[in-house]
Amino acid sequence: MPSSNENGALTRPHVGLFVTCLVDLFRPNVGFAAVKLLEDAGCTLSVPEMQTCCGQPAYNSGDATNARDIARQVIAAFEEFDYVVGPSGSCMGMIRAHYPEMFPTDALWRGRAARLAEKSYELLSFLRDVLGVECVHARYEETVTYHDSCSGLREMGIKAQPRALLGQVNGLTLNEMNESEVCCGFGGTFCVKYPKISERMVADKVQSITESDATTLLGGDLGCLLNMAGRLKREKSRVKVYHAAEVLAGLTDLPPIGDPK
Amino acid sequence: MSAARERVLANIRTALNRTGPLADSVTAVLDARLENPRANVKPAVDGEVVQQFLSKLESVHGAVVRVATMEKVSEAVDAHLQQNALSPELVVAPDPLLEDIPWSNRFAIERRAAKGDDRVSVTAAFAGIAETGTLVLLSGAESPTTLNFLPEDHIVVLKVERIVTHMEDAWARLRKERAKMPRTVNLITGPSKTADVEQTIQEGAHGPRRLRVILVG
Amino acid sequence: MQSRAHEFKQRSATALLDPELKRAMGKAKGGFQQKRRNAVDALPEFEALRQAAREIKEHTLHNLDFYLERYERAVQSAGGQVHWASTTQEAREIILEICRNAGAKRVTKGKSMVGEEMGINEALEQAGFEPVETDLGEYIIQLAKEPPSHIIAPAVHKTKDQITDLFHAHHQKYGLTDRVTEVPAIVNEARTVLREKFLSAEVGITGANFLIAETGSSIIVTNEGNGDLTNTLPRVHIVTAGIEKVVPTLEDVSTILRLLARSATGQEMSVYTTLSTGPKRKEDLDGPGEYHVVLLDNGRSQMLGNEFHEMLRCIRCGACMNHCPVYQSVGGHAYGWVYPGPMGSVLTPLMVGLDKSFDLPNACTLNGRCKEVCPMSIPLPDMLRKLRQRGHEQRLTPFRARAALGLWAYFAKRPRLYQLATRLGMAVLGSLGKRRGRFRRLPFAGGWTDARDLPAPQGVTFQTAFRKRGSQK
Repeated sequence: MPSSNENGALTRPHVGLFVTCLVDLFRPNVGFAAVKLLEDAGCTLSVPEMQTCCGQPAYNSGDATNARDIARQVIAAFEEFDYVVGPSGSCMGMIRAHYPEMFPTDALWRGRAARLAEKSYELLSFLRDVLGVECVHARYEETVTYHDSCSGLREMGIKAQPRALLGQVNGLTLNEMNESEVCCGFGGTFCVKYPKISERMVADKVQSITESDATTLLGGDLGCLLNMAGRLKREKSRVKVYHAAEVLAGLTDLPPIGDPK
Repeated sequence: MSAARERVLANIRTALNRTGPLADSVTAVLDARLENPRANVKPAVDGEVVQQFLSKLESVHGAVVRVATMEKVSEAVDAHLQQNALSPELVVAPDPLLEDIPWSNRFAIERRAAKGDDRVSVTAAFAGIAETGTLVLLSGAESPTTLNFLPEDHIVVLKVERIVTHMEDAWARLRKERAKMPRTVNLITGPSKTADVEQTIQEGAHGPRRLRVILVG
Repeated sequence: MQSRAHEFKQRSATALLDPELKRAMGKAKGGFQQKRRNAVDALPEFEALRQAAREIKEHTLHNLDFYLERYERAVQSAGGQVHWASTTQEAREIILEICRNAGAKRVTKGKSMVGEEMGINEALEQAGFEPVETDLGEYIIQLAKEPPSHIIAPAVHKTKDQITDLFHAHHQKYGLTDRVTEVPAIVNEARTVLREKFLSAEVGITGANFLIAETGSSIIVTNEGNGDLTNTLPRVHIVTAGIEKVVPTLEDVSTILRLLARSATGQEMSVYTTLSTGPKRKEDLDGPGEYHVVLLDNGRSQMLGNEFHEMLRCIRCGACMNHCPVYQSVGGHAYGWVYPGPMGSVLTPLMVGLDKSFDLPNACTLNGRCKEVCPMSIPLPDMLRKLRQRGHEQRLTPFRARAALGLWAYFAKRPRLYQLATRLGMAVLGSLGKRRGRFRRLPFAGGWTDARDLPAPQGVTFQTAFRKRGSQK
């Protein structure tokens, strides 16, 4: 049995890493950053093979049946761990806020979903709020700006934690953009179902990023970052894009999102 | 009783999983709630209420002048007219409080409801609400509602003891002092304004361009 | 009003290309948001009020039949009449009948979204009456023959120059031939033109922000004073209200009023909050001789009993649309019916049919800002998601989207197959994208690449790389 420290947090917790589908497919470096940050903070880490996606695309498209099936799969794969942690406020918000409401007539699964929800966290807020991480050992000599992804911000209360951690990175300066809390226009399948509206939203966001005079854009959700990076590239911007975890873990040798090797 | 009425009520009851009206035992509780209205959350009002009333009213561009006695009201009205280069024609509400004022001979005064081209009206307020700098005016034989809206300048006489802290306090006074609701209760917080052209605030939309409060006492 | 909500895609595409709209919306957005923020920050009790307001509305809705009957009784004892309408058709007939009985020619109107639901202006015109909108914003769009694009700022989509042109075209008949180009002059000209209408109308129609069961009062909340001239000067005052507008007592309404103006315009109180109770009393020197209330259901009682009942708490402040990035991008007309933005994307499907407005609940990123600012704590994103579920169950989702989702789900539910397929897929994509680090074009990804590049994947999936690392360790 793991023991607890005075905050009640487990001292060497066994964490199941929920990689998230986009990190798995597009940016494994974010996954490795999460592994490093969690291991440095004293976690024992496992990456269950039986994970694909949290089911949000189905859930938000109104396909409750498939969403439930996928939720059951995630619950079964992760319920053995002390915590479930993923580098995305959106996916972890799905597990934490929505899994329990997906089984209104099934008490057994509702209970399992609720128990999983309780111990599920987004990476940066987990490091800060649960593990009490005060400092990180990383250097990044750039002026960055931080986009608050919507689900993380509003479903998980992620706002101060990434900024506190980034404040520990040597050489890093944070320039807040205007309207950092406004949606970038990604919205999962929204961006391909309503491309014109999404385009306007991401163009507005890119304008805010540009006006911040930052040389790097950071965020905590790869979906939003792919969207904003893609638009920055389309507008021939030289702003670099990384997931905040990559910077915090010092894993910025890899070219930024959307840049060539 | 109209068929539509029965249909709407039946639909509501079906939606609420009921087959008919609420049981008498339940309506008794609800009626008690109606008969003994309870205040909910009242925001804290910092500092002294009269001061709060004045600063709130000024923050919404209500002009305020404070005078010691009713005898001084005429002078204050005159000052307002001069300040805004208005001719001394007043429509004064037929309110006993205002009739007792020794008005200056300079004024041509009419006591009636308002007409479309009246320039200046003087009415009395039932209460002032410190929380938001709001005036409470009641319709009645002594206070025609049109005087609050048609003239360009609306001058309101408010006695300082009529200032209450919260909106709820005004309702309590209303219940205590009036047997029934007047046709109209106007809560007025500043002069008429609009932001319908590019969200630019412009005062004097359809109602008074200027609101002047003469606080007495 | 005729719904065009099924045209959302075309209408939003057109709107996005309209530079005037972009300018107008850009000007409005920041102001609304900042003013609300300041007002909320200045009131420490805001959250407590929000909680109390929610409880008041829930309590009322749970006993809605009781409170409506008490309200009706109170109106009657003040000498007013209450008319009930299940449908907008019934409501129109009631109003036309009252206008005919009044021998009316001209009918002034205060802003009313329920009036828009009814399409009352068209009905009045067809019956030979002259309806005159008196709220400046409503007046502007009446001249432009457009519906409102915002529930509290109906002409928010119009620029000053467009208003100048409209006034110049329509006011020459009153002898006002100069072009008015500045805000004070524009407002003043509307004041002059409308003053005559106010004084000559036989009937005045207003909406209601609240109905009070205790006193039988209807409440309107305005800034211009047009609503008050509408409900005071004509011989007949008609109030139109949805059945969900009733609240028990003056104290209850006080609580909600503290949220309404702050959420809408950032004011602590709107300039005029007016309670009307019955017709003028015999001793009164002014006021209408008749007072009618038309209570409209139009689908509301249905909502009361289903998973959308929380929508009936809505007080029409407009905060959700003021903070909605989709609404800010496409404007209110794209939504195609009376209510735009997040609250409209819930209400329109429920009132005009999901099959005729399927895009509305879907055209949303579920970013949650609307829920965050809603003074009545209405879970708008959750309701939009529920509507998507209904649409999925009714097979309203377009075939291609459905098929793509089905294919994706097939793999997502089979982790080993998924990992095999993604390993291969990402290896191909990764090597194709290696040189540039991104794709400008990609087959089947036009929805993405029309507006933005697609960053190339690293080429190896995390699952593969992690297992490899593990075995090396």
